[in-house]
Amino acid sequence: MWLDPSNPQLNKNGELHHLLSIEGLPANVLWQILDTARSFVGVTQREVKKVPLLRGKAVFNLFFEPSTRTRTTFEIAAKRLSADVINLAINVSSQTKGESVLDTVANLSAMQADMFIVRHAASGAPYLIARHVAPEIHVINAGDGRHAHPTQGLLDMFTIRHYKENLSNLRVAIVGDILHSRVARSQIHALTTLGCPEIRVIGPRTLMPSQVESLGVHVYEDMRQGLKGVDVVMMLRLQSERMQGALLPSAQEFFKYYGLTEDKLALARPDAIVLHPGPMNRGVEIDSSVADGAHSVILPQVTFGIAIRMAVMSILAGN
Amino acid sequence: MKIHIKGGRLIDPANGIDANRDVYIAAGRVVAIGEAPKGYSANRTIDASGLAVCPGLVDLAARLREPGFEYMATLESEMQAAVAGGVTSLACPPDTDPPLDEPGLVEMLKFRARSLNQAHVYPVGALTAGLKGARLTEMAELRDAGCVAFSQGDAPMTDNQVAFLAMQYAATFGFAVWLRPQDAMLARNGVAHDGQVATRLGLPAIPVCAETVALSSILILARETGARVHLARLSSAEAVKMVRQAKDLGLAVTSDVAAHHVHLSEMDIGYFDPNCHVTPPFRSLRDRDALRQGLADGTIDALCSDHTPVDDDAKQLPFSEAESGVTGLELLLPLTLKWAEETGLPLAHGLARITSDAARVLGIDAGHLAVGAIADVCIFDPAYYWRVDRAALRSQGKNTPFLGLEVKGKVRWTLVEGQVVYESR
Repeated sequence: MWLDPSNPQLNKNGELHHLLSIEGLPANVLWQILDTARSFVGVTQREVKKVPLLRGKAVFNLFFEPSTRTRTTFEIAAKRLSADVINLAINVSSQTKGESVLDTVANLSAMQADMFIVRHAASGAPYLIARHVAPEIHVINAGDGRHAHPTQGLLDMFTIRHYKENLSNLRVAIVGDILHSRVARSQIHALTTLGCPEIRVIGPRTLMPSQVESLGVHVYEDMRQGLKGVDVVMMLRLQSERMQGALLPSAQEFFKYYGLTEDKLALARPDAIVLHPGPMNRGVEIDSSVADGAHSVILPQVTFGIAIRMAVMSILAGN
Repeated sequence: MKIHIKGGRLIDPANGIDANRDVYIAAGRVVAIGEAPKGYSANRTIDASGLAVCPGLVDLAARLREPGFEYMATLESEMQAAVAGGVTSLACPPDTDPPLDEPGLVEMLKFRARSLNQAHVYPVGALTAGLKGARLTEMAELRDAGCVAFSQGDAPMTDNQVAFLAMQYAATFGFAVWLRPQDAMLARNGVAHDGQVATRLGLPAIPVCAETVALSSILILARETGARVHLARLSSAEAVKMVRQAKDLGLAVTSDVAAHHVHLSEMDIGYFDPNCHVTPPFRSLRDRDALRQGLADGTIDALCSDHTPVDDDAKQLPFSEAESGVTGLELLLPLTLKWAEETGLPLAHGLARITSDAARVLGIDAGHLAVGAIADVCIFDPAYYWRVDRAALRSQGKNTPFLGLEVKGKVRWTLVEGQVVYESR
């Protein structure tokens, strides 16, 4: 299969062949995924939660970095599509001693894989894999380094659309560790592609990538200022290792200035919704009263995540 | 052996010659330019009509990978790559394994290189033992063994006291110290320029201040110690500006840039092309343009290949895990020609940066073709286009971002000390 080197995710008909990043995907492809997912939400609520769209297909969960949540949701999604799922947790330390990423992939391809779900600690690893797999194999990025987490970005869009209907009149704030966040990058690309008119990123300068405005966002260092009048608040997880270096002095200080509390949330629109990709650090980036409060849509995000992953897999299998 | 190079366009920047002149060689030296000496009868005549004849190229940085990294490249393969690229003199950095920090290692390298009868090899000795940045090497012994300068390769120099003392010691003997300005702490974990592309791709970044902070320390120490300092591999507009100011103030420093850096920028990383993982990183277009300008106006003295052959196993990895570096010996000439043409410089001006200017930095008698000069010659077709592909490269390293591209300028013959060491049809 011919893949456009300028856009390695699409086939020659402009259809999705791999899902590596939201960046570079046309809006119609994103809408197609979101619309398809909507039809799958019904499936997950039925008594028999299976459809035969991926029957006989082998989906390999290829996790070079530990993950429970994302891996599980992909597994559930694949099983609901009737695929055979093989989970491989590849210990990175033993991997560096022996087999390279490409050797691993070549071996698994020889086992007649149809789809690879890849999580890797290095940005861009799924691109490397996509470039080297057999042409009929599809690759889905389940999170690579700081680069992208496209299914998370899509499920966030699904969630926003579910509660807000129209994305083209929303003010959205993304808060926290933008620098290290693959989720933030995917959210930003999804929002800009789908026509969201105002995206704000909020965080201290040590957690803000340089020239982030080039992605189409407005930078706020004062969280209270940044939350004023927003419709959607997307919180990011703050990894505990960020506290060990010189990026931040302490979790307490971070929470005081960039943690989402009820009084800060009160600055947003009264009907604002709060998202978080999980797992949450309560008392670090978000207060429990907000996480469990009326504005929170954090649990529905998880449910929608399964429908989004079913949609992506079924669309790839059909192209 | 007497060789008559006939009908070519002689370009000898050091002597201000750019004209159709024949070159007559005997006993390894140029014996006449233009008219044959009395009684000269050539053993061989090379028809260079339509071709350019210039001094053999001088490359300030080519890793031959021996000792220690023979799985990536061997002396044999890389020496062939050198002459295929028209390079007749090359300096090799000390970052081998073990590093070039003992006279015996340098002697062995010189001996092995000499026995291949190809390009002249000028080892750059390690400035500190094991390149660890703590203890000075026996520089005088290393010089006697054949080292022409001392450097840290790409290894960090974190202790400024050691840098200060190393420069003082080197200055005692008049040795040159070559340093690549990069603050190891500011560059820690970084793999790409701190700009739009790293932000978009989520790549750990190296800010420009990693270069300029180190550069300002080096410039101050150079002034304090009076050491002959060469600044290797500049990458940013800010660094070019600082070097220009230092030179204007009379500081006797020299500098170089890698040939790929005057053509590529962070944008060329595209979708994580590991061949664009280089040290220092490709920076913004503005930085690239400043490097081109700095090279044109002489702020930067020379272009080098920064040749770093890397095997596929070490390169076909996610961007940040892939080993950095590009194979470059065979692209030095075409990339220099491309820069000169795009900048609107005469061919001779461009070639100076990889012949006479580089020889001056290195402090060797090479890079010119006056009567009496050692007959190191590169004869090339300046209008010939060729496609850079794996099979076209003699280097064992196929790691270059220029793979698949057409470049202009093809070496036809390379002579070292009056012997034909490379020819292509």
